[in-house]
Amino acid sequence: MKRKPEEGLLISPIRNGTVIDHIDGGEGLSVLRILGITGRTTESLSVATNVESRQMGKKDIVKIENRELLKKEVDRISLIAPKASINIIREFQVREKIGVEIPSEVIGVIRCPNPGCISNANEPIQSSFACQKRGYRCRYCDTLITRDIASYII
Amino acid sequence: MRHIISINEVSTGEIDDILDRASAIEEGDFDPDALKGKILANLFFEPSTRTQMSFVSAMLRLGGKVINLGSIEASSIVKGETLADTIRVVSGYADSIVLRHPKEGAARLASEFSDVPVINAGDGAGQHPSQTLLDLFTIRQSMPLDGINVGFLGDLRYGRTAHSLASALSRYGVTIHTITPPGLELPPSLTHDLLDTGTKIVVHEHLEDIIADLDVLYVTRIQRERFPDPGAYASVAHGYRVTPETLADVSERFILMHPLPRVDEIDPAVDTMPCAQYFKQARNGVPVRMAMLQKVLL
Repeated sequence: MKRKPEEGLLISPIRNGTVIDHIDGGEGLSVLRILGITGRTTESLSVATNVESRQMGKKDIVKIENRELLKKEVDRISLIAPKASINIIREFQVREKIGVEIPSEVIGVIRCPNPGCISNANEPIQSSFACQKRGYRCRYCDTLITRDIASYII
Repeated sequence: MRHIISINEVSTGEIDDILDRASAIEEGDFDPDALKGKILANLFFEPSTRTQMSFVSAMLRLGGKVINLGSIEASSIVKGETLADTIRVVSGYADSIVLRHPKEGAARLASEFSDVPVINAGDGAGQHPSQTLLDLFTIRQSMPLDGINVGFLGDLRYGRTAHSLASALSRYGVTIHTITPPGLELPPSLTHDLLDTGTKIVVHEHLEDIIADLDVLYVTRIQRERFPDPGAYASVAHGYRVTPETLADVSERFILMHPLPRVDEIDPAVDTMPCAQYFKQARNGVPVRMAMLQKVLL
């Protein structure tokens, strides 16, 4: 008899590192980008995208081996995955759960879409956005980003 | 240290205080040595007549002195110096800096690197708070600011004076009427900000539909220098012109304002009409900037 492929286990557990769960479906790669993880960095990665989720319909999961995310990195994730949950894994066990909090200010993470903004000029400053009810407002030129924030990630 | 970067950061109480002080100054009630021994650095990276000269005049009338960047070509800017470095250096030469720069947010950056107060004299299509204060001062000379009907005619997309003035007026329960060529409407983010304050905004296609109900008409030039593409400028340039006929049915207290320079937006035949306040408005730059300089330097 032919064996059915096992259900539910798309990617294998990690020994040490970080699991980011409950990312909105399709945003997993943007989460990696916001963390500065690319194909050229050294982390071992597993990414599951558009996985069935009872809560969310579709979700993405990212597993990063041998790297424990810092609180400030976690908060950056809130820009594109406000519902994400972060689990720090040690010896295959969840040792810490960190909730994502939307920071009041986002510095050096997203680029101002206004080409005339001084933050896009050759100046020794980082982009800076205040998180407001309607979106993210540039500290320098007041431009408001209301959607598609992932496309402005530096 | 008090910077003046955006009118949104100046409280209504401070606005009223500056305007009251400017009124007193206009009547001659000021100390001509109030800023004796103080030096103002005027850093104008973009052309300016009124703003630059009225800041100089304001400083001199209060007994202070002014140093200038001079021409950009003769400065270290052409060597590629950052604005941040220029500001750090100049803030060691003066007690306050007045900055005009083509990039939006330049004055905010300057305030982060300066050891002395920075006054924003216009940053790209962004803020121009001293213009706003003199605009408010000009309106207040003719009528109280509360609850008036203010029309904005012209470029509301790139016109920084209109943005700043509309924001400031939103604190006084005014109704804003806009009349713009297609594509030059108020930016959506500013519209939302104004609506959030409870300000009513009414969009009109033609000036004649609303002119009789206005207390103030603020006309702006279509600024060629703000358009990313000359074709887009050509398509909207010369789209409107205020003439004596346009103003035939205005109310008794109506005033016509323009931040100047004008090109074709106002027929020179209007200049002698009692409602034409734009040259008075330009003159008001001196007492208002005197009040601002006293605020940041004393």
